[in-house]
Formats: sequence, C-alpha cells, structure tokens
Amino acid sequence: MSVLSVRDLEVTYATQAGPIPAVRGVSFDIDKGEVLGLAGESGCGKSTVVNAILRLLPAGATTSGEVLLNGEDVLAMKAGRLRAVRWTGASVIFQGAMHALNPVQRIGDQLAEAIVIHKLSAEREARLRAGDLLEKVGLPPRRLRDYPHELSGGQKQRVMIAMALTCSPSLIIADEPTTALDVMVQAQVLSLLNELQHEMGLAMLFITHDLSVLVEVCDRLAIMYAGKIVEEGPSGPVFDEPAHPYTEALAAAFPAIGDARFRKSPSGLGGDPPQPDAIPAGCSFHPRCPVAFDECATVNPDLYEAGERRRAACLLVKQAAEVPS
Amino acid sequence: MSEPARAEPAAPSDEDPVLEVQDLHVTFAGRVGLGAGVAGKKAAVSRAVDGVDLTLGRGEVLALAGESGCGKTTLARTIMGLETPKQGQILFMGEPLGTSTKVLREYRRRVQIVFQDPTAALNPRQTIYESVAEGLRIHGVTSQDGMSEEKLVARALARSGLRPPETFFLRYPHELSGGQRQRVVIAGALVLEPEIIVADEPVSSLDASVRGEILKLLLGLRDDFGIAMLVVTHDLGLAWTIADRVAVMYLGRIVEIGPAEDVLTRPLHPYTKALLEVVPEAGGLNRPYLSGEPPDPTRIPEGCRFHPRCPEVSSGAAASAGVEPKCLGEDLGLVELQPGHFAACHLAAARQGEAVSTTSD
Repeated sequence: MSVLSVRDLEVTYATQAGPIPAVRGVSFDIDKGEVLGLAGESGCGKSTVVNAILRLLPAGATTSGEVLLNGEDVLAMKAGRLRAVRWTGASVIFQGAMHALNPVQRIGDQLAEAIVIHKLSAEREARLRAGDLLEKVGLPPRRLRDYPHELSGGQKQRVMIAMALTCSPSLIIADEPTTALDVMVQAQVLSLLNELQHEMGLAMLFITHDLSVLVEVCDRLAIMYAGKIVEEGPSGPVFDEPAHPYTEALAAAFPAIGDARFRKSPSGLGGDPPQPDAIPAGCSFHPRCPVAFDECATVNPDLYEAGERRRAACLLVKQAAEVPS
Repeated sequence: MSEPARAEPAAPSDEDPVLEVQDLHVTFAGRVGLGAGVAGKKAAVSRAVDGVDLTLGRGEVLALAGESGCGKTTLARTIMGLETPKQGQILFMGEPLGTSTKVLREYRRRVQIVFQDPTAALNPRQTIYESVAEGLRIHGVTSQDGMSEEKLVARALARSGLRPPETFFLRYPHELSGGQRQRVVIAGALVLEPEIIVADEPVSSLDASVRGEILKLLLGLRDDFGIAMLVVTHDLGLAWTIADRVAVMYLGRIVEIGPAEDVLTRPLHPYTKALLEVVPEAGGLNRPYLSGEPPDPTRIPEGCRFHPRCPEVSSGAAASAGVEPKCLGEDLGLVELQPGHFAACHLAAARQGEAVSTTSD
C-alpha cells in the first residue's frame, strides 16, 4: 500500500474575480521509502498540492478528489482525527526556515512542543528526544538552549528537519527546503535529508522549482504545469530524455557544466507561465510550445505511456505510441 | 532570434580594458555595545573586499562567482561607486575614478546595474514609461541621436524585447510577469547607452523557463552594442552559459580567474573544485563537500585564507607535496599557472612548477 495516494485532486480558489482553478486533476502515489519530486514554476499549483494534502488551504478554497494517507482519506477526516494525523502521519519541512521558527522561543521548546501536544511523551522525555533529534541532524544537543537568531541559515534548516521528525511520521513533505541556502550549505542539507530518508525508510514528497536538485535526491519525478502533471517517471530518464517539451525546456535551464551544447547558447521558452485564471484551451502549454501543431490548440491531452513507467501529456507522445514500430 | 551557434566575439584585449580594478580594499566597521565601547574595546573590522585586481575588456562577459558573504556584491557595489574603497583604485577607460559628485554622476550613467529582483527594483506606483525615463531625466538627457525622450524609451523597451513598446508605456509593474519586469529593468539600464552593465544575479528570482530568454537578451546586448558585463552569481551553471571569463571569490579575494572553459572544466584552486562538486546533478549525492560555513570576514585566517577548509590540507596532500607550511603561514596572490588562467594556491603552483621542471628535463 502506498504511504500517500492522491487521486484526481482538484483545488479551486474563490476570489472576487470568480473561481480560479489552481490544481486541475492531479494523481500520484508515493511508496514507503520512495522520494517523489514535484517540480514546476511559480503558480503551477505545486504548493497548493502540499497544502491540500494536510488541509492547510485557506477557507475560500474548495477541494475535491481523494488524499489517502496510509489508506485513510485526509479530505474526509473529522477535525480531531486530522489534528492527530498532522505531524504524526505526515509532516512538512517548510520553505525559508528563518521565518518558520518562532524567534522568541528556544529551539528545544519548539522541538518538544509537537511531541507534548501529541501526548507522545511527558515534557522531560520530550526534551531528551529533542536532544537526540538535534544530534541526528548534526547539531550538538546544547543547541537546544539557543534562540533561532543564534543559528546560521543552514543550522536553522537542520532544526526544521529535526522538527519534521519529532513525531516519527511516515511521510515527510519538503517544500523548497534548500531554496534560501547557499550552494555549499545546500549540498550539506540535501545529503543529510537523503541519509535520514534512507535510514528511516521514509516516504518523501520533495517540492522545488530546481530540477537539478530533484534529479539528485528523487527516485521519481512529476512535472507540473498550469495545475496539472504533464510528465512523470523515474528521475534520471525524465531529466536526461524528457518526453514533454516543457520538461525539456525546464531541464535546459539547469545546464550541465562542461556540456558544449549549453555554452554561450542559453535556451528558454518564449512567453510566460499562464495565470491560473486564464489557462489556454487545448493543451495548456501549446502557446509556448516549440513543437505545437494545430490539434494542440483544441485537444487537451491525457497522460500517455511514454516508455517504461513513464507518462507524458503530449499529443506527440500519443502519436509516437500509435505508430507501430 | 534563432542563433544556436553564436559567432565568438573577438577576444577582449588586455590593452584596452573598459574597467580596471587595482588592489581594491573595502572594509566595514563593526559595532560594539556601549559598555564594551566605554571599556575601550574596538569594533572588529570586516574586510569585505581584501585586495582585488580585475580587468574587464570591452564587450567582455565576466562572471564573478562565490558563496554569499564572499564579498562579490560589495565588489560590484564598489565598482558602481556605491561604496568607497579604503585602498586601491578603479580605472574606467584608463582614467582613475574621481570622487566628485559630477564625475561620479557621469560615471554612473555609463556603468549601469541590473538587480536581482525586478519587483523590488521597480517602483510599483510608477508606469513602465516613467521607470525607464527616470534615468534619462536624472542625467539630464533630453535627446540623443536626434531622438526625443519618448523615442529613446521606446527604443530601449524594444531592444529589451518588449514589443511593441508603446503598449507598455502606461502599464504598471504588477501588470507584467517576472520576465517582463526584468526586461523593463534592463531597458532602464540600456536607455542610457552604458559601456558596462553590472548584473547581480540577473535571473535567480525568475522562473526557470523564462531565464534562458533573459540570458539570450543580455548576450545579444553584448554582441549588438559591445556592452561589457560583470555578472555576479553563485550559479556556476549560469557562468558556463554566458561568461567569457570566470572569477571565483573567497573571503574578499579572487582565488581563481581565467577563461570560463578552463576554470569550470579544469579548475586549479581547491575551492573552485569544491564549488563545482556541489552543483547538483544526477547521482551526485555522495560527493564530497566542504563542511562548515564560510568564515567570518572580520577574522580572515593567516596564510592562505582557505586553508582551514581546504580538502588538500586536511587530506595531507599539501603536506606530502611539502607546501603545508606555506599554506598555513604564507598569504599569496594570483599566480598565472596556464595562459590567462590564474589561481592563488600554493599546491597548484608547486604542482605546476614540477610539471614545468619535468618537461624541461
């Protein structure tokens, strides 16, 4: 059984200008010990997916579909059950640790808080566990007495990781966990996350716009564009031989140093990602697509088979599959 | 714009640099608490830029790379005339940069900056036309090449890829996408016809699919108008995509500089090697990386400033080559180890010396 199974998730925000579809039918599974990377640009709906999984969306949002966490539908849970599942079933490492920590509370108190609230152990044991967790993420336990401003950016991000582990969840959602960090510190944090994930057999949903980071840490990738997944599959092949033209453009934004193809020839897409309130008809990517043809403006592609365990939402992929080889 | 293979521009000649930085030092005074001050304690001085020599050729794209806190932004700001150097000088077109307001104003017309975040760089209550025309008004340019202000603004917008320019005149920044806003910022720099553009992380706040187009635009400006560019970035992939030369900074000093191909594919300095190791790529998770964070510019280590984090020192490679005492005790500048390729490393210099002596034997 998958740790997380998202089925036909749709999220619509109600605004004064009318309903805005942010997520338009997203499905994926994450197994125990698997890392799924969800990539896409700002506004593609990836953060909305994260918030929908733990029902953290604002009141004006309507959600449909299913979010099965260890087989139980989060979207159908009563408030009490939902509170119990948050942090023990799935926890989040939020973006920008510098803003996610409470500046006037000691690190130790913040770490122990979740354990105490979930009544997993008494205050004293919670503190001991907090110390153990700090060691696990590579910080000395004496740091429990520190305030957030006494830590560097990388250290704060380590505390955020420890915090996500406090209640031993089966799923960790990492939302842009290294975006605000320096390259060298980013490498340290990624390698720590990878170690912990392997050691504890965690399922992980990793979200970022940086495809090169995802390729490094994820088993599988899902690429989102305009509220939908447009390509999914094992991370290496998806990055190296993209089936969808959007994935190809995204991958080209992270050039391999030493690869003569990228030298002095930056490649990008014309136009901009669509606003969620003005998604083009047909394939939502067609106005920016370098290989679009007439049909793309009218037909909204499904995810078609694109090789072993791979799928892509592109009519060219469908055509290639139909031609008997 | 379909030019996969761009003609390599003539190699920038060293005889005619547009910008020359000589032995530049910039320091910031720290602060002490009142009690400590009364007790006579001196504030620690932060040596943000600590002896930098640099030339920028006409039409050259130079990438300045390094971790945050290495001084790359301070160097760029000093080149813009926004910080006063403690020591050393900046030469523009061969002339030392003066300090009078009049001289600096003229200089700032010819050296323009493009900031990282266009949303912060543009005034949200100003129309696109006003934002682009502001520079012209500040510098008192009412007409140029026989063109009125309106024509000049339109031309700059068109050159930045915002076409037709008139449709953007009365719009506000919030009506544009991130990529378009960055084009407006570039138009604002371009309208003054600068010799140099300093771009501080020009694409890092933009969506990945939009970045390529902005980089194409910057490279096009170099090719069409011969504008030299200093691109400040932490992203070595970006340097690979657009730079002619790459300079790597560590703790206020340039530790390696040379042609982009050489520095990025055959690095000589262990710090450059470490930076290249951490560029994320498939299967790269078990690579070595430097532990710790960049040291404090108020306490620059003795000897080679990189030695406390240097993998060559900790692995004993420097000791077995006999240079470890030098690493720990002797500060060194850039040494030309390959033609045009300089590095500040005792070990690399020693290895180079060996290679030279064995070939001459």
